[in-house]
Amino acid sequence: MSESDNVLEVKNLNAWFGNFHAVKNVSNNYSRKSITAIIGPSGCGKSTYLRCLNRIHEEVPGARLSGEALLLGQNIFAPNVDPVELRRHIGMVFQKPNPFPALSIFDNVVIGLKLQGEKRKDVLMEAAQKCLKKAALWDEVKEKLQKQGTSLSGGQQQRLCIARALAVNPPVLLMDEPTSALDPIASAKIEELMQTLKEEYTVIVVTHNMQQAARVADFTSFLMLGELIEHGPSEVIFTNPKKTKTEDYITGRFG
Amino acid sequence: MEQTKEQFKFLSQHKLQTRLSGEFGDKIAKIVMQTVAIAILATLILMVILLVQMSSEAINEFGSDFLTNSTWDPISEEFGVLSFLYGTLITSILALLIAAPISVMVAIFITEILPLKLGQVLGLFVEMIAAIPSIVFGLWGLFFLAPLVRESITPFLKSTLGFLPFFQGPSFGIGILTASIILATMILPTITSITREVFKTIPQHQKEAALALGATREEMIKLAVLRPSFSGITGAIVLGFGRALGETMAVAMVIGNSSKITLSLFAPGATMSSVIANEYAEASAGLHLSSLCFVGLLLFAVTLIVNSAARFIVWKFSPLSKSERKEKRS
Repeated sequence: MSESDNVLEVKNLNAWFGNFHAVKNVSNNYSRKSITAIIGPSGCGKSTYLRCLNRIHEEVPGARLSGEALLLGQNIFAPNVDPVELRRHIGMVFQKPNPFPALSIFDNVVIGLKLQGEKRKDVLMEAAQKCLKKAALWDEVKEKLQKQGTSLSGGQQQRLCIARALAVNPPVLLMDEPTSALDPIASAKIEELMQTLKEEYTVIVVTHNMQQAARVADFTSFLMLGELIEHGPSEVIFTNPKKTKTEDYITGRFG
Repeated sequence: MEQTKEQFKFLSQHKLQTRLSGEFGDKIAKIVMQTVAIAILATLILMVILLVQMSSEAINEFGSDFLTNSTWDPISEEFGVLSFLYGTLITSILALLIAAPISVMVAIFITEILPLKLGQVLGLFVEMIAAIPSIVFGLWGLFFLAPLVRESITPFLKSTLGFLPFFQGPSFGIGILTASIILATMILPTITSITREVFKTIPQHQKEAALALGATREEMIKLAVLRPSFSGITGAIVLGFGRALGETMAVAMVIGNSSKITLSLFAPGATMSSVIANEYAEASAGLHLSSLCFVGLLLFAVTLIVNSAARFIVWKFSPLSKSERKEKRS
């Protein structure tokens, strides 16, 4: 794979909460139009790592980070980078579906564009339709776009959140355990959706579910105690890991 | 094995003992609690009955004319509540206009902008305003605020907004405007602390969702904090309104006690509560006292309606509670 195919290159990323060193010296590359899963035991820093990549980690009091992450060649941690601007290029989907309760389905999708100052109705409508279709939600909500976002089911809410993240058209999409609050059928729909998202976006997904990682991800990273133990193509990680720690984890010897 | 038997023995004995005392204790506790609960309700009902009884003379004499008559003349024994109703509403509304925006801004500053510890300290100070006795507010109003209104605020308002009828006429310091400012200060902690509680119910992931979409801090506060809190803030404001309506002592000291309805905010006025406080001592019996009780009854009705409205708004229009209720049903 050539160097230019990397959308995001992380170099020596460290993250702290106060004195707690949550992510230790992680370096990794993420290539265009791929899905990378991050697995690891609870508290291994995988969510923190993900939250560094759109700099939402910094919003927690006492949190800080060091290192570099190059998004299309530009270091997103550089002092002259505005995190607000950055987050329009790296979207995020959270563990718990979190549509804005005061907004309609339509407004939930286009709120990112509205924040950027887009006011033209036709542009917003077009974007809403496009993103809801990409999130495989359009057919279910096209009749009730003005209803509250929170009136949908959990799985639909999560797809609404995905549509919301896609609306600002970010090259990279971060997903923090996007299916852990959903039932198996809703989870399957999200996984299916991730496969189609891959055709346009670089997806990095944190998951507790190793089967999910094996099913959907092209690459898998294994994190433990804040360190990146192993990274490689999913089929290698899950069938023939090089490190014993990885093998112990994926075979269920600890977790 | 031996040990578990011992434990079991202890358990069964213990259980028997608590069950014996429990049944008796439960009964007593139930009776006590029932009595207390009924007593609270009975107090409310008895209070209304007493007020109606005491004002019956005035009700029979004036009937609904009491509501539309603005004359209050103890000498010729002609009484009407309109000017006090006007005074109560105008001072309370003005107090809300002053206090509501400040309270919401203070609440945002405390919960969203200050670091947690500092915010708690400032929150404590704001709540301490609520602990200041009303009479102390009155003294402060008389000796500090009234001269300030007379010498600084009135000239300023006259020079900027003097073309409006509200800001014309002479100012003696004490009057509707001074009373409103005092009331605003007194309801500020109420609105601030309820608004803070509303903000605290906003889940962190809502704020992060807004930030993750590229919202600035200001946009995040508007989108993820203020919008879903709209009904809660409205409820807080209405509760503050309820408090302002009934506030007596401080208002009675600075409003000037005049039963004339005037548009000018600099002029003296009177509220429903201030007239009762000022006149009940001299109105020993008869129609005057009965009319004062009627004023009290009406004030009670107004505050009851306002407070019920506040509860209703919070309950009915909160988007968060709506989805929670739905979750509970399913």
